[in-house]
Order: sequence, then C-alpha cells, then structure tokens
Amino acid sequence: MPNFYNVEIDNALFLGTAQYPSPAILIEAIRHSQVQIVTASLRREAGGSGAGQHFWDMIKGLGIRVLPNTASCYSVKEAVTTAHMAREVFDTTWIKLEVIGNSDTLQPDIFGLVEAARILCEDGFEVFPYTTEDLVLADKLLQVGCEVLMPWGSPIGSGRGLNNPYGIRTLRAHFPDVPLIIDAGIGLPSQAAQAMELGCDAVLLNTAVAKSGDPVTMAKAFSDAVSAGRAAFLSTPIEMSDMAQPSTPVIGKAFLS
Amino acid sequence: MRIVLNGQNCDVKSTTLDQILIECNYINSAIATALNDTIVHKQARVGTVLNEGDRLEVVAPIGGG
Repeated sequence: MPNFYNVEIDNALFLGTAQYPSPAILIEAIRHSQVQIVTASLRREAGGSGAGQHFWDMIKGLGIRVLPNTASCYSVKEAVTTAHMAREVFDTTWIKLEVIGNSDTLQPDIFGLVEAARILCEDGFEVFPYTTEDLVLADKLLQVGCEVLMPWGSPIGSGRGLNNPYGIRTLRAHFPDVPLIIDAGIGLPSQAAQAMELGCDAVLLNTAVAKSGDPVTMAKAFSDAVSAGRAAFLSTPIEMSDMAQPSTPVIGKAFLS
Repeated sequence: MRIVLNGQNCDVKSTTLDQILIECNYINSAIATALNDTIVHKQARVGTVLNEGDRLEVVAPIGGG
C-alpha cells in the first residue's frame, strides 16, 4: 500500500474538491470513489458568510484526510504564510506546496519551490511539493527535507496526461523508495492508469472529475484506473518490442497448402 | 479607523484584531488571519492592535485542487 509521511492508504487516488456542480455531487463523488485524501484551499471570506466553516464541516464529516494547498502563490513568502494559515485552519502539518512561476502554464517556480520547501520542512511541515519531472530538482527537494514528490503530468487542468513519461520513469528509477504522486494534467482514467503502470504511488486530480459530465461516475472510473495501473506495475509488465512475437506455438503447425 | 480588509477599505471602531473580527461579523472559527502579510495566530489575536491603514487578510476553507 502507498505510504505518505507514515500514512498508509488503500486508494491511490487523491481528489481535488473544487469546481463541482454542487456540494452534494462533490460528497457523492468522494463516497462513490472511496478516496481517502482530498485537497482543499484557503480564500478570502466576507464577514457573516460562514461558507468556509460550512465547507470545512462538510469535509470533516467524511472522516477523510485533507491535504491543503498553496494554490496561486507566486512567491516564497506568500506560499510560506499561506501554509502556516492552512496548518492553523485545517489542523494538519501536511501541505501541498505550490509556488507558481508562470501564469500561462502554471508550472512551478523551481527555485522558489526549493526555498519554500526548505523553510516549511524546518518549520515542521510535511511537504508535498508540486514540481516538474526534473531529476535534479527532485534531488534538491529531497535534500531540503521533502519525503514525497509530486511531479506534474502536464499543465494544471489541461487534460493532456503525461507530457513526459520518460521523465517520470527516470524519477521512479532514481528514487525507487520515494513516494511519487502525479499531480496535475490528468484528463482520462487511462492516463491515470499509465502513471500508475510507470510505478507512481498515487495520482492527484480535480478538473477531470469535477468538470466531467458525471463527476460521481468519473471519480469511480479514476479510482478503478489507478487500482488497475498499480496492480499492473506490481505484476511486472512485459518489455515492449518492435517486432511481432507469436503467442501461439509455431512448432507443430500442420503443413497445409 | 480605516483599515484594508481583504482588499477593501473598511472603517472599524475596534482596535484589537479579535474585536475587529467580531465587529466585522467573523464569528466562525474556521478562519486564519494575516496582518500586513504576516500571519497572526488565533491565540495572538487578542493582543494584536491594528493601526490606520493596516492590511488585514481573513481567509477560510474552500474547495481546491
């Protein structure tokens, strides 16, 4: 079973909680897919709204673990402050660390990411860094105290799947014992299965479920896909070859004209 | 006193953060606060005095990816 900062889970799907047609559909998607970890965020709230408390009560009522994020933070200070605010509100040392470097691709500012990760690890956080598939960057993140890596599949919300399977394979090969979570860019269950077949430990997604025509069924489809992909990886898939190799024995075939 | 609350000008009578939050109708507990870009933890709100022009951010949980 995947293990993240000494927390073992049965379901390798992490699900985001934004953009659903309604809170009821979000709850049903979580229940139907049996996910055990969901992400959440913090935003400004107007006095008297109570919306944040209502949302938080709803998630707490599910009895599942929450991974708060620092989404939309563009500087180290902003991300670190947001992480501290999240720790206070969500009462967890887990933080999905996002330090964004480009508003078009929403790809990480890799220099700011390492610095923010260093600060937060020293502050006692258990950091899940939203990173690229860059091997050297991954090593830097591990050096500053991260024990999990969250490489992107492709830009957030793009649905493009894995832009660089080679990079993910390289990460898996170099860090066989570090939990890898593909975060962002997944659009289809087959893409999630591919990530798991490459040896990733989990997949985190939001838009692909929330914006689908039927989020409840799609969440279950993704849950099934990551499970199938994991089973395939553990079963050691065959090597790919360029030429055909007959599966039916050639020897013993009748000679007929 | 005029402060900037979540990016909007706001006139308040109270001077400490805990009282300002009550005055502005933040009565639920699931909020976090930052004053002039620095977090003010829940237990420190009572003794935190705001000044004219201070920037106060009040955030709460929301769905996220």
